[in-house]
Amino acid sequence: MKNVIFAGVGGQGVILASKILMEVAMNAGYDVKESEVHGMAQRGGSVDCNVRYGEKVYSPLIPREEADFIVSLEMLEVLRKLDYLAPAGKLIVNREKVDPAPVQTGAMKYPSDIEEWVGKNVKNAVFVDTEAILKELGTRKALNIVMLGILSKDLEFTGEQWEAAIRSLVKEKFLDMNLKAFTMGREYKETA
Amino acid sequence: MEKKVLLGNEAIARGAYEAGCHVATAYPGTPSTEILETIARDYRDIKSQWSPNEKVALEVAAGASVAGARALAAMKHVGLNVAADPLFTFSYTGVNGGFVIINADDPMAWSSQNEQDNRHLARAAKVPMIEPSSPQECKDFTKLAFEISEKYDRPVIVRITTRIAHSQGIVTIEPKQDVPVKPFVRNFKKYVMLPVHARPRHVFIEEQHLKLKEYSDTSGLNRIEWGKSKKRGIITDSVAYQYVKEACPDDSVLKIGMVWPMPDRLIREFAAGVETLYVVEELDPFIEDYVKALGIPCTGKEIIPICFELTPEIVDQALNGRAHPGKYPKYETEPIPPRPPALCKGCPHGFVFSVLGKLDLIVNGDIGCYTLAALPPYSAMHTQGCMGAGIGMHLGMEKAHGPEMARRSVAVIGDSTFVHSGITPLIDLVYNRGTGTVIILDNRGTAMTGHQDHPATGKTLMGEETHALDLELLAKACGVKRVVVTDPKNMDEFERIVREEVAAPEPSVIISKRKCILMK
Ligand SMILES: Cc1ncc(C[n+]2csc(CCOP(=O)(O)OP(=O)(O)O)c2C)c(N)n1
Ligand code: SF4
Repeated sequence: MKNVIFAGVGGQGVILASKILMEVAMNAGYDVKESEVHGMAQRGGSVDCNVRYGEKVYSPLIPREEADFIVSLEMLEVLRKLDYLAPAGKLIVNREKVDPAPVQTGAMKYPSDIEEWVGKNVKNAVFVDTEAILKELGTRKALNIVMLGILSKDLEFTGEQWEAAIRSLVKEKFLDMNLKAFTMGREYKETA
Repeated sequence: MEKKVLLGNEAIARGAYEAGCHVATAYPGTPSTEILETIARDYRDIKSQWSPNEKVALEVAAGASVAGARALAAMKHVGLNVAADPLFTFSYTGVNGGFVIINADDPMAWSSQNEQDNRHLARAAKVPMIEPSSPQECKDFTKLAFEISEKYDRPVIVRITTRIAHSQGIVTIEPKQDVPVKPFVRNFKKYVMLPVHARPRHVFIEEQHLKLKEYSDTSGLNRIEWGKSKKRGIITDSVAYQYVKEACPDDSVLKIGMVWPMPDRLIREFAAGVETLYVVEELDPFIEDYVKALGIPCTGKEIIPICFELTPEIVDQALNGRAHPGKYPKYETEPIPPRPPALCKGCPHGFVFSVLGKLDLIVNGDIGCYTLAALPPYSAMHTQGCMGAGIGMHLGMEKAHGPEMARRSVAVIGDSTFVHSGITPLIDLVYNRGTGTVIILDNRGTAMTGHQDHPATGKTLMGEETHALDLELLAKACGVKRVVVTDPKNMDEFERIVREEVAAPEPSVIISKRKCILMK
C-alpha cells in the first residue's frame, strides 16, 4: 500500500490534487481511499488530504508513522504532519510561507529555520521553489497541480496515465493550464 | 460495471438516485451538505430543496412519503435535534413511499458545537438505523434503506460520521430503478395521530421492532467475519470497522451495519465463538451497553476513548499496545503557531464586530462564519450555543438584570440562521416586552457551509428564481417598530446606529446588509 498526505492551507486545492491521484490509482487497478476536511477548517485553517492505494485499503486515514510521502504546499504545515512520515518516507515541501493569524497579529513568530531543521532531521526531504513556474503559468491556482507533478516522478504511473486522469477531472476551460502545470512539475529539477 | 471514485456524501446521493428517490430535502450542515448539493447538480429528476430548517426538511420529506413518493431528508447531527419532534411521531405514522433520513454525526466536533452520538436517537424514536462504513456502502445502504422503509413501514435513518461523509473511495455505478409514485390513500388511523390512534400505532411499532430484529440477525447488514484467530472477537461499526480491520487483521469481527435494532442472536453466537470480546466504537458505549445488558461481558470504553474521534493508531494502541509517537524528532526551536480558521480579509462581519468590540457591548452570538469573531483579533462574542439561541438568550439576560442590561448588550445572528430559528425568539422578545437590539448579519447567503441559498436570497437549490423573504417587513410584522437597514462598511454610520438603537428603550432590529466577499 502507498500512503500520500497532501498538506496545506484552506484554498490551496489539496482536494483536487488527491482526486487526480486517486483516479490514476483506480485506473491502474488499485483499491483507493481518501479522507479530507471540509467546513470550518477551510476558512484559512490547516487542511490535509490522506490518499491511500493498494491491493485492499481499509482505513481512509493514514496512521502516524506510515506516510510514504508528505507533500506540503506550505512550509509550516509540514511540521504539523511530521509524525505521520514513515521511516523511509519522503517530504516534498513548497518553499511558500503563508502567515497564520497569530503571526499576522504579531503575537507569534513564523519559525525561521524550518528548512535547515528538516535538512538536519529528515534524511529524505526536498524543498522546492515553485515561484518561477507559477509566474510562467500566470496563476497561483495551479500550485496544487505543480506539486502533484513533482510527486509524480516518485510514483509508478506513466505520463499518459496522469494525463488521462487530469483530462477526466479538470474542467475544459482550465485543462491546458493544468496539463502544463503538471508537466512543469514533472520536469522540475530538484536542487537538494 | 462502471466504477467511480466518490465522496461518501456523493455516494449517498447516487444511492438515492439509483433507488428512484423522488424528493430530497435538507438544511445545510457540515458534514452532510454535499448530499443535497450533489443531488441538485447531478440528479435533476429528483425534486430537491433547501428547507429553512431541519424540522421543515423532515416534514416536507414525510409529506412526500405519505403521499406515495420515495423521499429523503439529510441533516447534520444537531439538525436531527431540531427535527426530533416530527421524527418521533412520524415514527408512529410510518410511511407510504420509502422515507430515509440521512444523519451525519461529527465525532471530534470538526465543524460542530458538540459531539452528540445520534445512535441514541434511533433507539429513542424507535426507528431503524443503518451505518455504512465506506463510500460503496454509503450507496448500497441508502438504496437498501428505501426498501427497509417500505417493507416494514418505518422511516429509516442512515447514520454517517465525518470520516464516512468526507472520505472518498471506489463505488460501482448501477442504473436507476424506476419507481412510480404511489397514490395517496386516506387512512386517518395511520396518518392522524390522535391519542386513540397513537396507542395502537405504538403497539404496531413494537411488533415491527421484533420483525426488524429478525432482519438485523439475518439480512447480512450485520455479519460475522471469522478471522485466523478466535482468541479475540471485536464488535465494531461505522468507520471504526475499517480501523479494526487494519489494526487487527487476524482477529474475528462482528461488523455492525444495522445498529438499531441490534442483532441479539448474532451477538450471542459471536461471543460464544471467541475467547475474549471487545467493542470498538466511536463516542458513546452504545453497542457495549447493549451487549452487557444481554449479560455478555466485554471490554470497550475501558480502553477505547469516549471523547473525540478514533483513528487507526488509537485502535492499534488500545488493542495491540503499539504506540505511534512519530519516527522523527519534535521541532522545538520555536513554538509552532497554530492556524485557526479566521474571517476572510474584507468580510462584512469584520466591520460589525470591530464596532461592537469598540463599544464594549455584551454580544449574544449565534452560529455561522461570524462566530469566528469570538476569537482574536475581535474577541467580540460572549455567548453562543445552538442555532437561533442568541435572541432568546439576549431576552433572558434582560429578564435577569432588568432593562439596563439591554442598554449594554445585543444579539447578533446571520441571515440564514435568523430564518432557520431566529424568528420565533424575535416574536418572543416583542411579546414579552423586551427592549433589546437584534443585529441580523445579512450577507446574502449561508456562508459557513458553502454559500447556499435560503428563503431570503430569492433562489432555490435547483437554481430557480423565487420570492425573496423580506427581512425588514418580517421584523416589522413581529412588532418591532425600530427597523434599520444599513451597510456596515460605513463604520462611523454603523456605530452611530448601534449606539442609538441600543439606547432606545424598545425592541430594535438592525439589518446589516453586505454581501459575503466570496459570493458571486
Ligand atoms: C441545527 C443546525 N443546523 C445546521 C448547522 C450548520 N450551520 C452552522 S452555521 C450555519 C448557517 C450559517 O449561515 P448564516 O447564519 O447566514 O451565517 P454566515 O455563515 O453566512 O455568516 C449552518 C447551516 C448547525 N450548526 N446547527
Ligand atoms: S466566507 Fe464570507 S461571510 Fe464567511 S468569513 Fe469569508 S467573507 Fe465572511
